[in-house]
Amino acid sequence: MLALQILVNGILLGGIYACIAGGFSLVWGVLNVINILHGSFVVLGAYLAFFAYTLLGIHPYLFVPIAGLLLFAVGFAVQYAIVNRVIDAPVLVSLTLTFGLTLFLDNLMLNAFKADFRKVNLKPPLGIIDVSDYLPAIDIIVPVDRLASMAFAIVLVALLYWLLRRTSIGRAIVAVRMDRYAASLMGVDTRVIFAVTFGIGAGMAGAAGALLSPIFPISPLASTAYLGKAFVICILGGLGSVTGVLVGGVALGILESFGAYIFGPEHSLTLSFTLLILLLIFRPTGLLGKRGFI
Amino acid sequence: MNRSLGLLLLALCAVVLVALPFTSSNYIIRLSTFAAMYVALAASWNVIGGMAGYPSFATAAFFGLGAYGAGVVLSKTGTLLVLGWLCGGLAAALFALLVGPAILRLRGHYFAVASLVTAVVLREIINSATNLTGGGMGLNLPPRTSDVDLLARQYYAVMVLLAAGAVATGVIVSRARLGWALRCIEQNEDAAIVLGINTLYYKTVAFVLSGLIAGATGAVYATWIGYIDPTDVFEEILSVKPIVMVLIGGLGTLYAPVVGALCFLLLEELVWRNILSFHAGVLGLLIVALLVFLPGGLKDLATRLPWARRSSAKAQPLAAPPAAEAARP
Repeated sequence: MLALQILVNGILLGGIYACIAGGFSLVWGVLNVINILHGSFVVLGAYLAFFAYTLLGIHPYLFVPIAGLLLFAVGFAVQYAIVNRVIDAPVLVSLTLTFGLTLFLDNLMLNAFKADFRKVNLKPPLGIIDVSDYLPAIDIIVPVDRLASMAFAIVLVALLYWLLRRTSIGRAIVAVRMDRYAASLMGVDTRVIFAVTFGIGAGMAGAAGALLSPIFPISPLASTAYLGKAFVICILGGLGSVTGVLVGGVALGILESFGAYIFGPEHSLTLSFTLLILLLIFRPTGLLGKRGFI
Repeated sequence: MNRSLGLLLLALCAVVLVALPFTSSNYIIRLSTFAAMYVALAASWNVIGGMAGYPSFATAAFFGLGAYGAGVVLSKTGTLLVLGWLCGGLAAALFALLVGPAILRLRGHYFAVASLVTAVVLREIINSATNLTGGGMGLNLPPRTSDVDLLARQYYAVMVLLAAGAVATGVIVSRARLGWALRCIEQNEDAAIVLGINTLYYKTVAFVLSGLIAGATGAVYATWIGYIDPTDVFEEILSVKPIVMVLIGGLGTLYAPVVGALCFLLLEELVWRNILSFHAGVLGLLIVALLVFLPGGLKDLATRLPWARRSSAKAQPLAAPPAAEAARP
């Protein structure tokens, strides 16, 4: 039963991980930019949710769309004003640029919010579901807050899929992903599409941050950890496909849960990063084995 | 710059460097030692990042491994300092030799991520090998003499020699066959392969050289500061600083590590002293401003100044279309 419990924990975690990585994968795929800022966006979203709850009394789950919209605006502005200037520069330049932006944002958050760990304590707490009450054979426990966060995260990922498939702006994003020069010949304003894409990525990160706020402690120093997870998921699932993100997220969640149980929680980062290097070497297209166009 | 002027400049530098420890305060000496360390790190990165164009974020991994290689050897055996430094450098070079052939097959973002991640993995491993490295408690390396003035000057001399060696390595490499191969790889790796260049071999050699220099620098740093801990010597920012330095100096030049490192240290010192609680933020802003307004570094600035207007052609675009970035060759 323990293995089943660990598996369930992993899947619950994995849904939220997928939401974190969705925006990251989108930006990487479409803009060819590794957005080091992504982890900081997650943390910023979590802080906004924290203050919305403690100061204004807005429930974190109700705050998710607001966090998404706020971060969309931030992301759009950052891309349009700054990152667009180096979009055609080599990898090194955009990487270093977003790293610089992260230094700035993290330091800003550290000064504004202090380094204390904070957490949204929901009142009343959402409690847990003991599955054995309903199915006596299965003795596992499901925390409701994690379940709810995962459900919302999956909805967000599904929304991203719908956006890219069914809306004209989504089709334009996919077109730019396939060939940015051809897309601009077809009348797509690539600069605006880049900014919208970056905004969507940031919005997904902010929404994921709001979803994380009731279940994980919030700290300005956690941004690197979230960024690392986004990396690993993109490599696990393969870059640039929504299904890849879901597969990668759940795979990482399960892997981390079992890794923490077998080797101890302090080694989960080493484990996932070692796996990342091995995957990059032996299977750089991810577990699904293809590079998607969303 | 013609040859005699260059030699004159070099001689002038040498005179200043030799005269400095006899005339300056300990503060200046310490600052100069840091300057030399930065020059060495930037020159180390320049071999793989500047010449071959591989965005390596492994400097922190090399630096930390060098520091711990020296630290463990010295604290366990108490051997000569020089041997400790050598062990540190060789440990990092060996690591580069083992990891290089694997991750140097990757290109662009994938290589950058893989090299960045090596530092984190090493940090966690060293963190958990408590009985050898002291884990998160860090490692104490007491100085071998209690004469502070002498100590400062000794490490100044060692660091300057190291930096000079690193810069000289850069010059030698760029004139050798290796330098040609690396520049070919930087310009078009597929074409280089077609021409019969064993790209993986040359990239690995460059990576190992970079590891050797950065590792030795970390080893000297460890004994100089006297205390190391995993979060300190494997910090990600250690990988980014050399890149920023070379970008300040102007990517693709041999003098970039020197000029860039000195400018960077100057800026850092001005920022550090005045805005203590926001220094990382200011460094971030500096990076952004540099990349947006001066993508070619100081090299660019020279052509933009009013008296250099004869070369008023717009700064060259930095890149070819980013079309062909494959995960594998």
